[in-house]
Amino acid sequence: MKTHQYPVDLTDEQIEEFGRELEAIRNEVFDSRGDRDRAYILKVIKTQRTMAVSSRFVIYLSLFFIPAWGHALATWPVALTIMGLGVFALGIAKILENMEIAHNVLHAQWDWMKDPEIQSNTWEWDTMSPSDRWMHSHNVVHHTWTNVLEKDLDVGYGIMRVTPMQKWKPAFLLQPIYFILLMLLFEEGVAIHEQAIDDHLKGKNKLKDFTPLLKRIGYKVWRQVAKDYIAWPLAAALVAIPISFYVPFSPLLVFGMVAGANAVANLIRNIWAFTIIFCGHFPAGAHNFTLEQVEGETRGRWYLRQMLGSCNIEGSKLFHILSGNLSHQIEHHLFPDMCSNRYKEVAPRVRALADRYGIPYNSASLFRQFGTTWLNNLRLAFPGGGEPYEPRREEASQS
Amino acid sequence: MRQPAQPEPGASPSIWSRLSTITDYFAWPLRTSHYLELVNPLWTTHKMQARVVKVWDETKDARTLTLRPGLNWRGHRAGQHVRVGIPANGKHYTRTYTISSPPEREDDCFTITVKAIDKGTISHHIVRNIKVGDYLPIGLPQGDFYLPDAQPIQPLFITAGSGITPAFSMINSLIAQGRLPDTCHIHYAPHEFDVVLGKELKAMDRYNDRYHLHLMYSREGDDPSRNRFSSAQLDALCPDWKERDVYACGPPSLLEAIEQCMEDAGCSRQLHVERFRAPFTDIPDDAVGGRVRFAQSDVETDGDSETPLLKVAEEAGMNPPHGCRMGICHTCNTTLVSGCVRDLRTGEVLNEAGSIVQTCICAAAGDCELDL
Repeated sequence: MKTHQYPVDLTDEQIEEFGRELEAIRNEVFDSRGDRDRAYILKVIKTQRTMAVSSRFVIYLSLFFIPAWGHALATWPVALTIMGLGVFALGIAKILENMEIAHNVLHAQWDWMKDPEIQSNTWEWDTMSPSDRWMHSHNVVHHTWTNVLEKDLDVGYGIMRVTPMQKWKPAFLLQPIYFILLMLLFEEGVAIHEQAIDDHLKGKNKLKDFTPLLKRIGYKVWRQVAKDYIAWPLAAALVAIPISFYVPFSPLLVFGMVAGANAVANLIRNIWAFTIIFCGHFPAGAHNFTLEQVEGETRGRWYLRQMLGSCNIEGSKLFHILSGNLSHQIEHHLFPDMCSNRYKEVAPRVRALADRYGIPYNSASLFRQFGTTWLNNLRLAFPGGGEPYEPRREEASQS
Repeated sequence: MRQPAQPEPGASPSIWSRLSTITDYFAWPLRTSHYLELVNPLWTTHKMQARVVKVWDETKDARTLTLRPGLNWRGHRAGQHVRVGIPANGKHYTRTYTISSPPEREDDCFTITVKAIDKGTISHHIVRNIKVGDYLPIGLPQGDFYLPDAQPIQPLFITAGSGITPAFSMINSLIAQGRLPDTCHIHYAPHEFDVVLGKELKAMDRYNDRYHLHLMYSREGDDPSRNRFSSAQLDALCPDWKERDVYACGPPSLLEAIEQCMEDAGCSRQLHVERFRAPFTDIPDDAVGGRVRFAQSDVETDGDSETPLLKVAEEAGMNPPHGCRMGICHTCNTTLVSGCVRDLRTGEVLNEAGSIVQTCICAAAGDCELDL
């Protein structure tokens, strides 16, 4: 019997059976977690911390090669090359921290270890969004209501039209610009990605209703800024002051160079994170859903929706680690609290299962996934582009 | 991670803690200590660790670990215990062990002696797998089972199995201070080869006139039951026991017998007992729900075996944190204080105190207490 409204040719019973088979995969993996997984996350954390601190000292090191020193190697190309290496490594360290470590720790993927140092409720991450705020908008809202219009804030993040089901309005004409801006300022974007702020822009609440929330975000932003743009540059500048009596360079230049290097590292992380994350649900072929479709959704249907709404990216082992295994977005959405190093192991099984049930499994290269995301963004800036969806306002506001 | 190390009350912040307030701006959102850990895990302040510097097999199933604690360690009192975190099968377990070395030890190390017990995964892991060079998270010394500073007293130690450890530490401490009073010690073990720290005990007995050791082997001899604890036996081994302060540590059955004996003699006030609490609750056979207690809210109610604990809490008028209600977002995570709960998805029963419970997909399996 078919009573559901999902875009697949399966009976209700088949969907439930599909869900049970996924559950079996999940349980099998969860039961087999052990030393190997613990060793993996400890190694990633240690590598990341070593990289983060040493890259900052490589950036410092490059300051000894600016031309003012007058030694044979003191030229701009040498100084900038060394600094570039440091910046690149710092960018990678930030990517590792945000994506493979923090994102997954905050998903409670490692809570099973009961290691008090690696727990979802105490972990704070290296980005402007406070981790507990992000956990709410991400783990609860996005992962429960994945791709459901009017429920999942991540469908267009409130500023973009990512599916023709969203009604067009003139503001979307500018969305290619938002796209670029969000890419460059992704960290800041995530920090203000809040239901309360979204509501405020629509005039639904007053500023003082969420002042404590803004204070929390503000404190986190301040500490992030203090680290990258005050503490590390200032320490270099303070050391540069006595040296500047003997070597003709300005401590201000030193401050600016270190701050600039950190800014570029943050930019690298922003662009990479944006690219991977936008490939998760926006490439061609990803489905969106209406509130009607998901009414009274069973566990099996929830699994089906996760699979239809998510997209994988194919790549090497290193690529998967650097993407925080979000390249296995489908597996991540099916099993959000499975430790990330296991996604690549379950991916072939999930894919085989999808093939058996004739459910589309959206997996392609980064070029294809990001390319179609970008084209989609351009096309949907203009009206049309597919079947529109008229939300039934009354019902939506009741739920 | 977010909890800074608490300074001693009344003490002004040390130079190091003032300095680290500044360096923490560089390390945010971690702390300076997380980076020091990369250089030497013993320098951390966000958690305390100890390095295993020696392992020594006491008997076939008991092992003494010599641990070098990190910088923030403070000395213990003989008889106190310490929490030790042990990773086994990828999971982090916390167990409490008595410090078996005296505080007077000169190399700043301390020892714990662990006996592999039946079904004790962790004690087996320690006895079999821990090796020199491993780092183990530790807590600070705790416990009120120690000798008073005011001397003299005439102690009588009654110990069994690994319950020897606090007594061993106390007696050694008194010897090291050169003020050992007249001490009687009755220790129970199944066989001679099972005596934890046996060689050291015998050496202490040989070199100290005022230390009187009686080793009782409860599974040896023609009539092993004669070697079990009884007041008649006590009269024979230590005739003046009613005048002595009794320090007892061992399995619950022995402690009960001693408590009964002391009560009958009207000397309960002289008895000091250390109990090892079992970290696991027995899983009830029927497991059909039970009393549910929410410790922080001080609410107690009934929960059946099918209703998620989140719903049980809500029906009792509480509003605990929650999100997806389907077990994926972990907003509702809390800790199991005691008792048993069942994961409704897998049927797995959680019965270890300190386990993380997702209240939206776990139901009571017998009585349970949650940290909500």
